Amino acid sequence: MTHKPLIQQLLTNDTASRWLFVALLALGIGVPFLNLVVPPDSVFHVPTYMVTLLGKYLCFAILALALDLIWGYCGILSLGHGAFFALGGYAMGMYLMRQIGDRGVYGNPVLPDFMVFLNWQELPWYWLGFDNFGLALLMVFLAPGLLAFLFGWLAFRSRVTGVYLSIITQALTYALMLAFFRNDMGFGGNNGLTDFKDILGFNLQADSTRIVLFLATVIVLALAYVLCQYITRSKAGRVLISIRDAESRTRFIGYRVEHYKLFVFILSALIAGVAGALYVPQIGIINPSEFNPLNSIEIVIWVAIGGRGTLYGAVIGAVLVNYAKTTFTSGIFAEYWLFILGALFVITTIYLPRGVVGIMDGYLSRRKSRQDKSMAAASPQAGVATGGKQP
Amino acid sequence: MNDQKVQSILYLNGVTKTFDGFRAINNLSLDIRPGELRAIIGPNGAGKSTMMDIITGKTKPDEGEVKFRDTIDLTKHDEADIANMGIGRKFQKPTVIESLSVWDNLELALAGNRGVFQTLFFRLSKTQYDRVDEILQLVGLKDRRDEIARNLSHGQKQWLEIGMLIIQDPELLLVDEPAAGMTDYETMETAKLLKSISENHSVIVVEHDMDFIRALDTKVTVLHEGSVLAEGTLDVVSTNPRVIEVYLGR
Repeated sequence: MTHKPLIQQLLTNDTASRWLFVALLALGIGVPFLNLVVPPDSVFHVPTYMVTLLGKYLCFAILALALDLIWGYCGILSLGHGAFFALGGYAMGMYLMRQIGDRGVYGNPVLPDFMVFLNWQELPWYWLGFDNFGLALLMVFLAPGLLAFLFGWLAFRSRVTGVYLSIITQALTYALMLAFFRNDMGFGGNNGLTDFKDILGFNLQADSTRIVLFLATVIVLALAYVLCQYITRSKAGRVLISIRDAESRTRFIGYRVEHYKLFVFILSALIAGVAGALYVPQIGIINPSEFNPLNSIEIVIWVAIGGRGTLYGAVIGAVLVNYAKTTFTSGIFAEYWLFILGALFVITTIYLPRGVVGIMDGYLSRRKSRQDKSMAAASPQAGVATGGKQP
Repeated sequence: MNDQKVQSILYLNGVTKTFDGFRAINNLSLDIRPGELRAIIGPNGAGKSTMMDIITGKTKPDEGEVKFRDTIDLTKHDEADIANMGIGRKFQKPTVIESLSVWDNLELALAGNRGVFQTLFFRLSKTQYDRVDEILQLVGLKDRRDEIARNLSHGQKQWLEIGMLIIQDPELLLVDEPAAGMTDYETMETAKLLKSISENHSVIVVEHDMDFIRALDTKVTVLHEGSVLAEGTLDVVSTNPRVIEVYLGR
């Protein structure tokens, strides 16, 4: 066993991930510079709306990573992952609502506007403490984590798998959407939570705050990526793949499949929740439509198009599809976007089972084998394959 | 490796299992001694797979005793538990982890802690490395260790799966049709491999192939309609008129 530094260990034999980190680093340095330092009249200036847009893509990339971890590596197809994203978002939204204080339309120092509008006299118990950022942050983890634990514990213990599991995840997010639509729930009904003013005392509309939020998203994406990379490269990651490929074989080798599924499902929900919490302050609103099953299905499409079962594939898929969505939904194709998305999904499923990443890999390995051949031709003795695992 | 005090490594008594009125297993009794190699034959639907399912905890019997090492009641445990107690199972259709390498398949099956956090921080030790290497040698896949299991031939997959069984270091191996789909040469090699495994493990082999059973040269149990029809050496069993009637004579 070699004991290299963790980060180096995680990136060996993984050119794509290395490039992804280079790209994230470039974004993390370039975007703030081009937005804050380069004057607005320069062609290189990145306008603030673009920073927010990029931030949104990266939040979706984190979400895609979460889904890929369970679907790509463990075969759990969740069609309700948007629920965990939205719960994380609501927890952050509640904090941001409390931050408004008496600057709301009705000027009530404690109650958010929608509660005043509903003639509520005091804050419901589950809103208490959300003026504290620490508690809100805890809830960003706790709410999705707890739901994932309860759901996963029941579902995996009863060995619900495949399509049945997908259908109940879908039902879960749909039920939550209906619940959050109700005014009585105390989460702002169909308007959701919005009109946020500031976060930790910093004005949310200020360019500098936007940049910090963007940077936080870049960092969280990098951390989530490293975490997922560590898990999928550990022996536990191989157990996950084993569960995906041959679940009962894994049981007969002696692994408790339900424990592994529960672990990875909760972790995935936590990552999705954090993505939601980063999304809300940048977008400025969270409402029940985030629970819409369609959103959850879109996540699956990003991962499928990018390349299921490779972490960078999920990231690339989320960014590509959402970039396409922004482009198409603002032009003459706006009406056809869902058709385009559907067609893309069908085409990738049939012709590109490994997604966009599969095309890139295929190209790279063909080029590599050509190089190997020409090298072998140049020196016949060098053809002996080396490498493999060393203790 | 076996504790001498253990009388029976596996003891089935009066086991019955009914699926929607169909008696898959009917008052089945079986006694396997430590270190024994036992062949089980029987026509399709004789209950061989259901018997395997009951022993490995996948199916619970309606009635009857299933005891491991004299005292452990297997009907009270699930698949993972039973696997960790020391009963390994090879399926009829070779099931290896297709998208992992030969090495990774063996490393997964390697005896050791199965918990999420143990595997998350697992590091292969020198002894474990040597053990995987030894098994690779035994099943003849040493030069294919980095190959993705999907690319192995049918026979190699069967051997890899047998390797995965041995590396778990079980006391009892259940092997379901190991020679299915193998060439004659591979079949004989597999019989040799199982015989050598049975030198320090108890093994139950379910098989259809008579040449294979003959090569194993061991006690045979004939199953029919969920219970034992005959037991003894292959020569004794194959002269039994009822066995000829239901199975061999066809």
